[in-house]
Amino acid sequence: MKAPRVWSWIALTLGLLYFFLPLIGTIEFSLRKRRGEYSLDAYRWVFEDPKFRETFSYSVVMALFTIVVGVLIVVPTAYWVRLKFPRLRPLVEFVTLLPLVIPPIVIVFGYIRLYNTSSFLPLTGTASGTNLLLMMGYATLSLPYMYRAVDTGLRTIDVRTLTEAAQSLGANWPTIIGRVIMPNVLVAVMSGAFLTFAIVIGEFVMAALLNRPAFGPYLQLIGANRAYEPAALAVIAFSITWICMGLIQLATLLTRHSRPPRS
Amino acid sequence: MSFLEIEHLEKSFGSVRVVKDFNLPIEKGEFVSLLGPSGCGKTTVLRMVAGFETPSTGSIRIDGRDVVSLRPNQRNIGMVFQSYALFPNLTVAQNVAFGLKVKGVKVADRTARVAEMLRLIGLEGYDDRYPFQLSGGQQQRVALARALAVQPQVLLLDEPLSALDAKIRVSLREEIRDIQRRLAITTIFVTHDQEEALSISDRVVVMNGGVAEQVGQPFEIYNRPSTRFVAEFVGTLNLIEARVLDRDSGRIGIGSREASLGRPLTSDRLTLGIRPEALTLGRAADRDMVLEGRIDDVHFLGSVIRIQATVAGERVMLDTFNRPGTPPPAPGQAAEFSVHPEDLLVLEGERSP
Repeated sequence: MKAPRVWSWIALTLGLLYFFLPLIGTIEFSLRKRRGEYSLDAYRWVFEDPKFRETFSYSVVMALFTIVVGVLIVVPTAYWVRLKFPRLRPLVEFVTLLPLVIPPIVIVFGYIRLYNTSSFLPLTGTASGTNLLLMMGYATLSLPYMYRAVDTGLRTIDVRTLTEAAQSLGANWPTIIGRVIMPNVLVAVMSGAFLTFAIVIGEFVMAALLNRPAFGPYLQLIGANRAYEPAALAVIAFSITWICMGLIQLATLLTRHSRPPRS
Repeated sequence: MSFLEIEHLEKSFGSVRVVKDFNLPIEKGEFVSLLGPSGCGKTTVLRMVAGFETPSTGSIRIDGRDVVSLRPNQRNIGMVFQSYALFPNLTVAQNVAFGLKVKGVKVADRTARVAEMLRLIGLEGYDDRYPFQLSGGQQQRVALARALAVQPQVLLLDEPLSALDAKIRVSLREEIRDIQRRLAITTIFVTHDQEEALSISDRVVVMNGGVAEQVGQPFEIYNRPSTRFVAEFVGTLNLIEARVLDRDSGRIGIGSREASLGRPLTSDRLTLGIRPEALTLGRAADRDMVLEGRIDDVHFLGSVIRIQATVAGERVMLDTFNRPGTPPPAPGQAAEFSVHPEDLLVLEGERSP
């Protein structure tokens, strides 16, 4: 075997170790709650904790709403920019990248200042108002991923001609977006949606500072107070992310009309 | 008044005027082609009729109703695109049914209409295929069916054959023409291919630089071009420079020969346009204008022999039919060519008389 080959194998092994060792360690540790033998006690504790179920279902519901709102904002915007204002694309891309540059803590403090109980729009005064605020925050955080996913999806279809074809057949804007554009970027929207889901499930800063019972703060709380359960929770959270990624693949595979690559 | 009336249509993009004072009345059931090189404004005219572009000035009336202020989805127009533009997420049947569904046609009527349309384009049994499972020609036929399903008042075809290969292009254009005749639907067809335009149109509009240079039947366009551009753009044309010897009697000199056009002329120099099929090798009984030249090259194509020659310093091309008794001439040999004076297209400067 030639020398460069050996080096690439070593690099690969190191990379894999770097990635998998902490994972294996966490899994192994999460199984050691019972002294002297492996058990799922930590997982049982987690699943039996009503707080887990509450915070997790809260975050799931929030994630679903975030996805809906995100899709409703991003799909028409990306479509419109592609169709009517292609020159604005760099600007819009820049704007959608801002959430990666501005820390969530800045956003959330901005929210609290703007929408506190003595402001013109006292959203933080009620639980539902705060939920709305949190969801908008989540939608902002997921914007870079959602926009990019949808924009890539739009690139694979001839947006302009399909729009004109639909228009000449009598379709109005909602019909065009709902029946022509959306179904053709569905795979892209799905991948954006799963990324959003993963972000919302793990988000801590916004939920904690807005004092909502989300999964992120719960994760932190358990991590500060228990020994084995945080490891179990971490494994659960990790699995959710991976299942999401698997679902993206599945969605891509199951789309019947996805065309084979053209030469 | 005509069914589709385009009057004084103008379109500018910024400071560029792409369509200039375009006028075209089209009768019901007529098949009109807009022919011209790319950038001549033909697609822009079509897109203004469809409603995808707003005219700078001018009017477009369909059946007496001004449609300029109507949105594309209110115009009841069927359109077929060069890139087919089938909805990739819908099956053939769903694609054809799209416009009907938008209109709110009942399911039973919709199904019947889709079946009728698929029968019309010869794609029965393809209902459940997706566009990517069809060939280009099949996709374009589905696109045609989809456009016709809603029974539009006008059918617009935007270079529908340009993306197809040559053989399918010819068969599909005949199919389109056949369907158009059967449904008697008013049609505007945009193309840059003159053979396409000449072969299937009732009338052809030759466009150049945003202007309709000539509007007429294919026979007329080809044989009596009204401008130099039309003469050169439509068909193959041999151009020979000539000197005017006597304006009043129309005597002209070509190389060392003299000939008479038999009509008065207005300038001292002119260009003669001769179609390849109007030029005969050797002398012929009814072709009393004789030119001298040399044969450069001979292509035997079977039924037709294509000869390249030099006449009066210009390269010309002529076609003769194959006759078993007459072998083709040899390259390099001197020859005489004859033409009937009436077959000459006289191009004086920019405009012919």
